[in-house]
Amino acid sequence: MSIRERLSGNEAAAFAMKQINPDVVAAFPITPSTEIPQYFSSFVDNGQVDTEFVAVESEHSAMSACIGAEAAGGRAMTATSANGLSLMWEMIYIASSLRLPIVMSLVNRAVSGPLNIHNDHSDAMGVRDSGWIMLFSENNQEVYDNLIMAHRIAENKDVLLPLMVCQDGFITSHSIENIELIEDDKVKEFIGTYKPDHFLLNEKEPMAIGPLDLQAYLFEHKKQQADAMRNAKKVILDVAKDFEKMTGRKYGFFEEYKMEDAEVVIVCMNSTAGTTKATVDKLRKEGVKAGLLKIRVFRPFPTEEVANALKNAKAIAVLDKADSLNGAGGALFEDVVSSMYVSNIHVPTVDYVYGIGGRDTTMKEIESVYRDLLKIVETGDIQNPYRYLGVRGDK
Amino acid sequence: MAYNHKEVAANKPSRLTSGHRMCAGCGAPAVARMVLRALKPEDHAVIANATGCMEVSTFIYPYTAWTDSYIHTAFECTAATLSGVEAAYKSMKATNKLPKDVTTKFIAFGGDGGTYDIGLQSLSGAMERGHDMVYVCYDNGAYMNTGIQRSSATPKYADTTTTPAGSKIPGKMQPRKDLAKIMAAHNLPYIAQSAAIGNFKDLYEKSEKAIYTEGPCFLNVLAPCPRGWGYNTPDLMEINKLAVDTCYWPLYEVENGVYKITYKPAKKLPVEEFLRPQKRFKHMFKPGNEWMIQDFQNEVDKRWQELLDLEAMTNK
Repeated sequence: MSIRERLSGNEAAAFAMKQINPDVVAAFPITPSTEIPQYFSSFVDNGQVDTEFVAVESEHSAMSACIGAEAAGGRAMTATSANGLSLMWEMIYIASSLRLPIVMSLVNRAVSGPLNIHNDHSDAMGVRDSGWIMLFSENNQEVYDNLIMAHRIAENKDVLLPLMVCQDGFITSHSIENIELIEDDKVKEFIGTYKPDHFLLNEKEPMAIGPLDLQAYLFEHKKQQADAMRNAKKVILDVAKDFEKMTGRKYGFFEEYKMEDAEVVIVCMNSTAGTTKATVDKLRKEGVKAGLLKIRVFRPFPTEEVANALKNAKAIAVLDKADSLNGAGGALFEDVVSSMYVSNIHVPTVDYVYGIGGRDTTMKEIESVYRDLLKIVETGDIQNPYRYLGVRGDK
Repeated sequence: MAYNHKEVAANKPSRLTSGHRMCAGCGAPAVARMVLRALKPEDHAVIANATGCMEVSTFIYPYTAWTDSYIHTAFECTAATLSGVEAAYKSMKATNKLPKDVTTKFIAFGGDGGTYDIGLQSLSGAMERGHDMVYVCYDNGAYMNTGIQRSSATPKYADTTTTPAGSKIPGKMQPRKDLAKIMAAHNLPYIAQSAAIGNFKDLYEKSEKAIYTEGPCFLNVLAPCPRGWGYNTPDLMEINKLAVDTCYWPLYEVENGVYKITYKPAKKLPVEEFLRPQKRFKHMFKPGNEWMIQDFQNEVDKRWQELLDLEAMTNK
C-alpha cells in the first residue's frame, strides 16, 4: 500500500533522497533548493540514513565532491539552483565526461543577473549540452517519481551518465500537494545496490581517471558520451515500465494531454503544464481542439517521438521559460522545430518566451496563446515566430 | 626506527613510476615519489591531482605513471574532489561495502597555482571540514604549466611572463604569500613545510607523519622548476639546499599548534647565494639594484625571526 502524504516539492525531493540513502550528499545552500540539503541533514543527524553529508563551501566544491564520491564507488547526490549550477558548470561537464551517474535535484530559478530568486529555466538551459540526462517535473509527485527512477536510468551500463531532476522553484518546491509515496523496502528493491565495474576504492584494481586526453582519443570519448545519451532513451522507457508495475503511475518521454484530435498545441515543461491543462479543459468545453505536449525528458531529446506526436497539429506554440538571447528562439523551440523538420513535418510553429524571473503565467495568458494559434490556423500567417508572453512593451 | 635512505629506497619501490614526462631537473616528481614512499606498502591510496604540470605529464591517456588509484578533475577543486572520495570511503566502510581489513589513505597534490590561488577556497573548505587526508602543495613559485606566470607564491622581484623585469617595474612587486601559516590558522593537527634536501629524511618523515596523523594535514614542499627559475638542471638538489640554508624556505612543522623548526642552518647564508644561480633574479644583480637584494634579505630575515618567535612562544 502506498503512503499518502502532503509534501512540498523540496520535501518530496528530500524524502526520495532519504529512501535512496546515497553514500554521499554534498551540497551548498541556495534559494529555492536550500530546503533539500536542510531536510536531508536532519535525516543524517538523526541516523535515518547512512549518508556522509559533506557541507561544502561552494557549489563548485559540491559537484567536485560528488564526482570524487561517485568515482570512489559510492552513490552521490546534490541539489542546487540557478547561480549554484552556474558555479558548478565546469564540474558538470567533468561529471558527465567521467561517466559518473550522479543525481541532482535542480530547483529551477533565474540565473543572475540582475539577481532574482524566482523561477524560470535559464539555469537548466545553461547546461542543456553538458551531457546530463534532464528530467522535468510538473508537480511534486513527478519530482518524487523522477528521483526514484533516476539511479536506475543513470547507472545502467549502457548509459552511465549523470542525471538531473528539474522542478520549478517556489511554484512546486515550496507548494504543498498531496502525494503518494512508495514504501521504503519497495524503493530499496527497485533501486538496487550500486555496483560500478571500476572504482577508486577498489584496492584490487587501482584505476586512474581524468586524464589529459588529446587529439588521438578525445573525439572517440565524446562520441561514446553521445552514444550513451542516445542509449538512455530506451533505458528511460524500460525503467518507466518497471515503475508503472510498482506504482501504477505511467511515464514516458512526454505526456500527451488531449492530443488525439488536437489542432492547436502548446509544448512546455514543468509546472506551466498544470496551468495549460486547466486551460485546455476550459477551451475544450468551448469546442476548441486544444492539446498539450508536456516534455518530461528534455535530455536526451526525444526527437522522432516529439515530431510524431505533433504531426497532426495545425499550429504549435512552444513555451520557453528561458530566453536564449540569440536573436532567434528559445532552446525548447529550437529542439521542437528541428525535430519536426528532420522528420519532414511542417506545422506552423511559434515560440513564446514567458515567465522570466518568476513572472506569473495565468490561464488567461495561456488561453491567449491558444487564441493566437487559432488565428494562425485561420489565416495561415505566422508573422513573428519569436514572441513574448506576459512582458510589458513589444511582444 | 631511524630513517635510512638506502633501506627506504630499496624496500619501498616508487609508487610514481618512471616514464612520465616531467622535465629534467624538475623538483616535483622527486617530491611526489618521496611522499608516496611514506605510505605503508600494504596500504592502498587514492591520489587526487590538480590540473598542472604534474597532472598533464603523468596521466596522458592511455598511460598513467601512478600505481595507486588516481583522480584528476580540474584545477581549483582537488581538495574538494578528494573530500568526496574520503566521504564515500567513510560511508562505505561504515555500511560494510568495503573490505574491513584494507586501509586507504588520501593524498592530494597541487602546484602553487592550484593551491595558493585558484584552489585556496576548496583547500580551506576541505581542511576545515576535517577530512582525513593530506594535501601536498608542490610549490614551484609560479604557474609553470601555462608558461611561468606569477602566482601568489612567486617571490618578490621574480621575472615571470606576467611580471617581466621591465625598465619601469622590475619583476613581481609583492612578496610571496605564506601559505603554511594560513593553513596553521586552520588549527589542523599537522602542517609542515619541507623540501627535498640531502637524503630526503625531512620530507619522508613529515610525509609519514602527515599521512598517518588522523584528520586533515598539509604539506608545503618546495619544488624548483628549471624552466621557470632558470637554473642549471643538474643543480636541482643544490638549489633546494640553498633555499633552506639561506632560510628563504625554512623547514618546520606545526603539530597541534606547536611550531618546531626542523632544520636550523649552522650558518645562515645570505639570500643572494640562493638568488644568484637563478635567471629569474638576474636583474637584481645589475649594478644599482643592490637595494633589491637587500630588500629581499630583509623580508627573509623578518620571516625567519617570526618563525623563531613562534617556535619559542608555542613551546613555552
